[in-house]
Amino acid sequence: MIPELGHFLLWLALGVSAVLGTLPLVGAGRNRADWMALARPSAAILFALVALAFVCLALAFVGNDFSVLYVATNSNRSLPTHYRFAAVWGGHEGSMLLWTLMLAVWTVAVARFSAHLPDKVMARILAVMGWLSFGFLLFMLMTSNPFDRLVPTPANGRDLNPLLQDPGMVIHPPMLYMGYVGLSVAFSFAVAALIGGNLDATWARWTRPWTTAAWIFLTIGIALGSGWAYYELGWGGWWFWDPVENASFMPWLVATALIHSLAVTEKRNSFKSWTVLLAILAFSLSLLGTFLVRSGVLSSVHAFATDPRRGLFILAFLVIVIGASLSLYAWRAPSVGIGARFALLSRETLLLGNNVLLVVACGAVLLGTLYPLALDALGMGKISVGPPYFDTVFVPLMAPLVFLIGVGPLARWKAAELPALAKRLRWALLVAIVAALLTAWLRGHLSVVSVLGLAMAFWVVAALLTDLADRLKPSGVVRTSVLSRARQIPRAMIGMMIAHFGIAVFIFGVTLVKSGEVERDVKMDVGDTTEVRGYTFTFRGVQPLQGPNYRAAQGTVEVTRDGKAVTTLHPEKRVFPVAGTTMTEAAIDPGFTRDLYVSLGEPLTGNTWIVRVYVKPFVGWIWGGCLLMAFGGFLAATDRRYRSKVRESAAADAKVAAT
Amino acid sequence: MSRSLRYILPLLAFLVLAGFLARGLNLDPREVPSPLIGKPAPGFALTRLDDAAQTIRREDMLGKVWVLNVWASWCVACREEHPMLVEFAKRKLVPLYGLNYKDKRPEGLGWLQQFGNPYSASLFDEDGRVGIDFGVYGVPETFIIDKQGLIRLKHIGPLTPDVIRERIEPMLKKLDA
Repeated sequence: MIPELGHFLLWLALGVSAVLGTLPLVGAGRNRADWMALARPSAAILFALVALAFVCLALAFVGNDFSVLYVATNSNRSLPTHYRFAAVWGGHEGSMLLWTLMLAVWTVAVARFSAHLPDKVMARILAVMGWLSFGFLLFMLMTSNPFDRLVPTPANGRDLNPLLQDPGMVIHPPMLYMGYVGLSVAFSFAVAALIGGNLDATWARWTRPWTTAAWIFLTIGIALGSGWAYYELGWGGWWFWDPVENASFMPWLVATALIHSLAVTEKRNSFKSWTVLLAILAFSLSLLGTFLVRSGVLSSVHAFATDPRRGLFILAFLVIVIGASLSLYAWRAPSVGIGARFALLSRETLLLGNNVLLVVACGAVLLGTLYPLALDALGMGKISVGPPYFDTVFVPLMAPLVFLIGVGPLARWKAAELPALAKRLRWALLVAIVAALLTAWLRGHLSVVSVLGLAMAFWVVAALLTDLADRLKPSGVVRTSVLSRARQIPRAMIGMMIAHFGIAVFIFGVTLVKSGEVERDVKMDVGDTTEVRGYTFTFRGVQPLQGPNYRAAQGTVEVTRDGKAVTTLHPEKRVFPVAGTTMTEAAIDPGFTRDLYVSLGEPLTGNTWIVRVYVKPFVGWIWGGCLLMAFGGFLAATDRRYRSKVRESAAADAKVAAT
Repeated sequence: MSRSLRYILPLLAFLVLAGFLARGLNLDPREVPSPLIGKPAPGFALTRLDDAAQTIRREDMLGKVWVLNVWASWCVACREEHPMLVEFAKRKLVPLYGLNYKDKRPEGLGWLQQFGNPYSASLFDEDGRVGIDFGVYGVPETFIIDKQGLIRLKHIGPLTPDVIRERIEPMLKKLDA
């Protein structure tokens, strides 16, 4: 009964989204306040319906209702309860439901937290989001209904993909989808502004916190996915340039460009049509990512669900949404105007450089991801471009970008002077180069690549410190303490500094891992030892272990350094009988300056195993850097000027109500 | 005119992309008929991956049925199929040779050391010239070549137990390997 209820709720939601997509939009065009007023309640109802449908599916999973096809394919009685809940988004249909739920969450959030927006703008924004909901709900109901029944009912389910039975995988998809779908807000703001013709600094200020919020989720989502690959796939790698990874990385690159471009539009009223285009592109890439992952056009290690009918539907949806918004852009953007002028050397130009580099990088990733497909479509055969392509193309594009990170925040708006800028930054440059050479030498990897990587990381930090020192220096005649001057720095500025610092941390981690990691595969019998980077690993054998829905061989590896015990690691090889797959569960001793990574390879004769022993210096900094970026974004998005807007308008509303 | 054209460009670019995507939907990434089936395998003379002094030629392989597996250390899908190859090689049905495609010698060797070496030998195809002669679309790919040096089967993408059972083994049986 509950699955039918869920199915019915989805149909109701489809109806509500159709109302949300049409009436407020028409109302805004015809000045009908009563039609526009429908937007907010419709958004709330849409959210409630989708959320309830989601609960219905979750109940079917937790209650082991294998008469539902989707539950039977993705769950099992012996699966622990928390994974049974996470299995809701373990397959295609549930992922789409989660996607739709996230879209409803963002819609209701916009309705709730953008109370200060003019009615017309609000009605248009919510209507655009209503259309997106309509598309996804229709997609689900037509091609991937999660509530389809299975007759006859099997006694047990086929179990969740063992790769996904992991705490990282429980939160990775929701985070990533929050990010993907969050970009729909910037998209809707842009489309609404194009329809209404009111593209200005106010529009940019409204859009900024929403874009940053989506970007935060995207950043965390990508970092979680990379972390998951690191400890779950058992190869010790953290990024593979896999099409699915690229699908999440491309919107991130464009969203990053958008955040910076919005800053220019808000502060200087420039870049307007460019910013709108980026907002459209960022969400379009999210949709494209969905298409690539869900249609099976590209084969990848992630290929979860492939069905050409679904692909055709998403493609049609893609063409309608992106095609319509780009047509609207082609029609309305020429009248937007170019905004305030700026000199060749100014913060605007530097941010434009940032934008161009990020978009070109995204284009390079898109090309590498789609090139095989394009050649194939032209009948020129199939090829695969691997990491060699991406590494060669991506790094040269990122190096100048990192250089700009140092210069940009110090340059003045409108017009900056090169001598002054050079004077302020020469020490930073010197410090960065010396520190890089010194660090590389101390770690014994004095190669061009590692010095360059370290120099980039130190450059960002040194330039940041220069900026911070300038801001803390006393200025003017009024004497203030350093602390009070520090408090004067806007929260958004601190957020930017922390996010840029996160990039430095990230680059530092990547460089040291790439140059200093040791990966060794050794044949080990009980009692055998191997020494890597001063750590002695002793293999103590393998014991059988029974998990809830798997059998495992659990190895024991003792790690000592200079005779002192460091840790004992328990890597596992798990066999999932229902799913019929074997999983490698690496054991990791995470540390601030290094990770010790042990995983079991193949069993040889008797008690002898191939054991993979990796020492990865500073690998944790890669994800630490991502989290810092996300935290910086959080500070920026919660800056006072956005919060006070809400309060002001609430006060204004109260005043209006009182009179 | 040229000004407003600039604003239409994103739309045009997208439409071209959508055209490719639509075409891509109708293509199965795994199914590609090879024009080389039944034709003689292209000639080659490549050094062994583990020994730059030793060269293996097409002529050396005549008179036996053999399997050629194209791989590279940078190829993620190859890691996926590798346990299958190791398992396959243990059964000693047929000599298994690798074509180490567009790789570097130390990296290729390191990879084999790390994941195990199922190959009788790997041919080192640094610039991918031989791979192109074989019509390699993507890595990994697997060919079966018969006693007369004719290509009899080509599989694109990672080998799976099903592929080995349903395509590789019947063909080997047919060729009486």
